Amino acid sequence: MVIRVAVKALGRNKMRTSLTMLGMIIGVAAVITMVALGRGAQSEIEAQVQSAGTNMITVRAGNYRRGGVSMGMGQSPRLDTRDVAAIRDRVPGAVYLAAGVRTRDQIIAANQNWNTTIQGTDIEYPQIRSWPTDLGSFFTPIQVQSAAKVAVLGSVVRDQLFGEGIDPVGSRVRIRNQSFQIIGVMESKGAGQFGEDQDDVVFIPYSTVNKKLRGRDGTNISQIDVSAESSAAISVVAEQIANTLREEHALGPGEDDDFMVRTQEDLTRIRSQTTQTMTGLLASIAGVSLIVGGIGIMNIMLVSVTERTREIGLRMAVGARSQDVLLQFLVEAVVLSLVGGVVGVGLGFGLSESLTRFLSWPTSIPADAIAVAVGFAATTGIFFGFYPARKAAQLEPIDSLRFE
Amino acid sequence: MPLISVSNLTKTYSMGDIEVRALRGVSLDIEAGEFVAVTGPSGSGKSTLMHILGCLDRPTKGRYTLEDKDISALSKNQLARVRNNQIGFVFQGFNLLARTTALDNVELPLLYGNARHSSADRRKQAENMLTTVGLHDRMHHFPNQLSGGQQQRVAIARALVNNPSILLADEPTGNLDSHTSTEVMDIFQQLNRTKNITVLLITHESEIAEYGNRIIRFHDGTVASDNRNLDQRIAKNEITENTRQDDVNVATDSTN
Repeated sequence: MVIRVAVKALGRNKMRTSLTMLGMIIGVAAVITMVALGRGAQSEIEAQVQSAGTNMITVRAGNYRRGGVSMGMGQSPRLDTRDVAAIRDRVPGAVYLAAGVRTRDQIIAANQNWNTTIQGTDIEYPQIRSWPTDLGSFFTPIQVQSAAKVAVLGSVVRDQLFGEGIDPVGSRVRIRNQSFQIIGVMESKGAGQFGEDQDDVVFIPYSTVNKKLRGRDGTNISQIDVSAESSAAISVVAEQIANTLREEHALGPGEDDDFMVRTQEDLTRIRSQTTQTMTGLLASIAGVSLIVGGIGIMNIMLVSVTERTREIGLRMAVGARSQDVLLQFLVEAVVLSLVGGVVGVGLGFGLSESLTRFLSWPTSIPADAIAVAVGFAATTGIFFGFYPARKAAQLEPIDSLRFE
Repeated sequence: MPLISVSNLTKTYSMGDIEVRALRGVSLDIEAGEFVAVTGPSGSGKSTLMHILGCLDRPTKGRYTLEDKDISALSKNQLARVRNNQIGFVFQGFNLLARTTALDNVELPLLYGNARHSSADRRKQAENMLTTVGLHDRMHHFPNQLSGGQQQRVAIARALVNNPSILLADEPTGNLDSHTSTEVMDIFQQLNRTKNITVLLITHESEIAEYGNRIIRFHDGTVASDNRNLDQRIAKNEITENTRQDDVNVATDSTN
């Protein structure tokens, strides 16, 4: 019944009611939209990280000094296929492993040629990078064992050598005067985390790179790509890999690593921090608009209570107690802020949706932001509605009735 | 035992440095069923007396008993209950809730107080009351769609809906023309006679005061005179006379 009285009282002045709600609606909608934008940016970064590879850990060979001359990272000859086997044996959390060797060379098909990265790798590489083939298939274990001259093209290389949309599977390309058979084309993956074009690459078995292109029968590799079983296990797996490699390389306690283990976490942390700062900034701007909305509510509530002092007096004259008056105003404030809050959330959803649709800005609305926005709006509404009502309710009825 | 009994009632307002002594020791008894007109110039304390008798305000000093109950000892909430159950108010400015139908306005007192009425029950009582004051065809009108007299009748219906024993009217005819004033007085007199409701009418117009069967004159916060009105005006007779007069006029008009 109290609710009915309050709703009736609100319905009596629709203009005032909707203006009061408007402040609340705008504040809540602003918070929702801002936070949605921030969260959207964050999850886009997370998606980028995901696309780089699921729970990926990269081991690179360390610096190699020859006679006091640093040869640079990746040049140490001490990382080899035995290390891959050791990790596979001793680190159960490393579910996928691929030895890697990188080089750069000219690749020729008929009358076209292109200079690109030659990535020697192993059969589990597509799983590690969550990167399936678009046409044909990736290497088979036998092709890797036998150092077969097969190649899987990145989509950019395919486009350059054969033209967009052409299926080159079965055709041949030449690398260093050797003929390779094309067995597949990767799906397009787009730009990597550092803006590099991930599709500008040719994959061939690492064994083929070593034996056929480098012309040495070594087992040296320059990197190992690893996929941890879960994102939570990444740091543990990375540490186990480091320990395994130290053992394998017989490094004493004081010696530096001759390899380097990097995880996706390290790379993403910095970028996540940036977006978190952005989200915080956006949310505080939105918070300001919520406070402004709250002040709007206070203004209208104060005016409304003052304007309705006679109504309060009359209600008391016909038998309303102070607490009846208080309760009515409290319920009015709750109804106002609740309805305003809900409409605000709806408007926020709509705004975020249209930002995504028309400007293709990614947005995502977290549940806690809704709760915080509505909660804050309700608190302002109740506080600013309650306080003046309490003052009015404490007057002697005759003072409220006489109020001009 | 009188219905209302006040003794040595004093009310002092302080407005800044100035002390206004609105009531300076008023003592009087009002019996159930009386129609008391309280009159006097403005500032004589008659409205202050009504506010105290109506439990809207508290006296500075003195004793007020209503139906054997010592009002001065009651808490704020108990006073609200007395206002709800025993007293009906009619004000000069009607004090109806704006943008609220006549029916909803009349229901208002039923929303408060201890007796819980169902909404159908409230509706019915309000309808009955509006019918009693002759507004059965105006129930869903808003105050701004009603004439002054009609608004005051809505206010009277509201005052009566909880079956109070006392009707307190503060200048109820102040905003009405003389014809409508007579109608309102007729309603009061009928309520007083047929339902035995005690009416306390505050007015500064001595002609209006003549409708009471007892007239108390206030002057400077004290009772200047308190007399039985042997020559009470009867509103009903005046209305029928007026109507007759109107009929004659209409008849004359139609012959032209």
